Amino acid sequence: MSLLNEILSTLLSTLRDVTPIILVIVFFQLVVIRKPFSHFKNLVTGMFYVILGMTFFLVGLDKALFPLGTTMAEQLTNPNFINPSTDQSISIAWQDYYWVYIFGACIGFATTLAEPALIAVAIKAQQISGGTIKAWYLRLAVSIGVAVGISLGTYRIVTGIDLYVFIIAGYIIVIIQTIFSPKLIIGLAYDSGGVTTSTVTVPLVTALGIGLASSIPGRNPLLDGFGLIAFASLFPIMAVLAYAQFADWINNRARLKQTNQEGE
Amino acid sequence: MFQVKNKFIRQLFGSFMDLLPIFVVIFVFQLFILHKPIPNLGDIAVGTAFVVLGLTLFIQGLEKSLFPIGETMAYAFSKKGSISWLLLFAFSLGFGTTAAEPALIAVADEAARIAADGGMIEQTELAKNDYAFGLRFTVAFSVGIAILLGVLRIIRGWPLHYLIIPGYMGVVIMTFFAPDAIIGIAYDSGGVTTSTITVPLVTALGVGLASAIRGRNPMTDGFGLIAFASLTPMIFVMAYGMIL
Repeated sequence: MSLLNEILSTLLSTLRDVTPIILVIVFFQLVVIRKPFSHFKNLVTGMFYVILGMTFFLVGLDKALFPLGTTMAEQLTNPNFINPSTDQSISIAWQDYYWVYIFGACIGFATTLAEPALIAVAIKAQQISGGTIKAWYLRLAVSIGVAVGISLGTYRIVTGIDLYVFIIAGYIIVIIQTIFSPKLIIGLAYDSGGVTTSTVTVPLVTALGIGLASSIPGRNPLLDGFGLIAFASLFPIMAVLAYAQFADWINNRARLKQTNQEGE
Repeated sequence: MFQVKNKFIRQLFGSFMDLLPIFVVIFVFQLFILHKPIPNLGDIAVGTAFVVLGLTLFIQGLEKSLFPIGETMAYAFSKKGSISWLLLFAFSLGFGTTAAEPALIAVADEAARIAADGGMIEQTELAKNDYAFGLRFTVAFSVGIAILLGVLRIIRGWPLHYLIIPGYMGVVIMTFFAPDAIIGIAYDSGGVTTSTITVPLVTALGVGLASAIRGRNPMTDGFGLIAFASLTPMIFVMAYGMIL
């Protein structure tokens, strides 16, 4: 019974999220474009699938993953786990948090791979590029970026280095990469920064950040707990640009080899 | 019929594989690093089935509704040739989808609490609600501007990085002047604005526009709307923190 309640309330909140989108679309379609929707029935079934899908997805995450994932994040950042010895005089060094960094990387990687928004963008990119960009590789690149980002973000919380130092350094790297990257990929790479952090990643990563910030003396959970999302949005850009440069390099080498062979 | 069923099962399996890594990570850490048993196996089994089913339905619906809507509207607007209506649509889409975004509501409430604790605003419910509402409105407005600007860029064919890189520089410069308490929130608000339903729709809109307008390449010009939507909130939220 409680499961049914949960499904219904999630369905309602999903409907509430979708309503403004539908209103905007319907208003512009009817008032500005002044044409009926083509394939109306298909659109309605599709929208129904999207809403139902999101509902089940969210309820399922709440049942299966979030409780365990968030308590796990709290336990891993607990000082008793980091430093099990009873001798309180030994202070904890940043290296002692290695499980936090590893967990951050793993969970960032795994949740990004399952992020529906990223799957959508990857499908579109594969269609548009005519298969030159493989959806799976793109998702892999983005996930690696998030893994590195979260790992570094937790390191930042542990050490207390200012957030903007990393972000500014990251931007500089992105700008340099942009200059040397194939122009075709730039839009997609910048976009992939924004799509990584939604339904699955944010709750788990936020729990990790806040858990970590509240367990370390001198950190303010409200101030330092934030910022992990920013890492998770910045590093995928670098990862996708790097992936494009790498793919470009491989292609060029293959082409060079081919022309050389043809020349012989 | 068999074909369809088969495809659905294949997609279910695909979704399961997409989710598998999360379970592997959580189980491995729980059993081998924390040395604890897995609690509520029944709940986890039911939840997993739901997540797999949900993801599969979402992806099916995506190809049936969100992608075609974004693309056909892009075509219809470009055929109509009215840039101002298109820009208004872009703004409304960005504003409308962000204002009600639950992740943003959570971040805004959190931010109001920080601001009150830090003495930036009064420690009352009213002041906090005002602050949170103002922040939400700011972010929604900035996402509206972002989609508008991104659509204008596709129409004009400006290279994306000519706009994004100055945007980054704006973020960096503003970071030095914004109050410390707002910086983390500003950076994070860039990431939380783009929801799972907005992303496919906006992507399809951009790609559709770039395909419909002569001389634009859907690959180079079509993407980038989401990038704007993650960038402008940072600038606007820092500005919000500086003004208040």
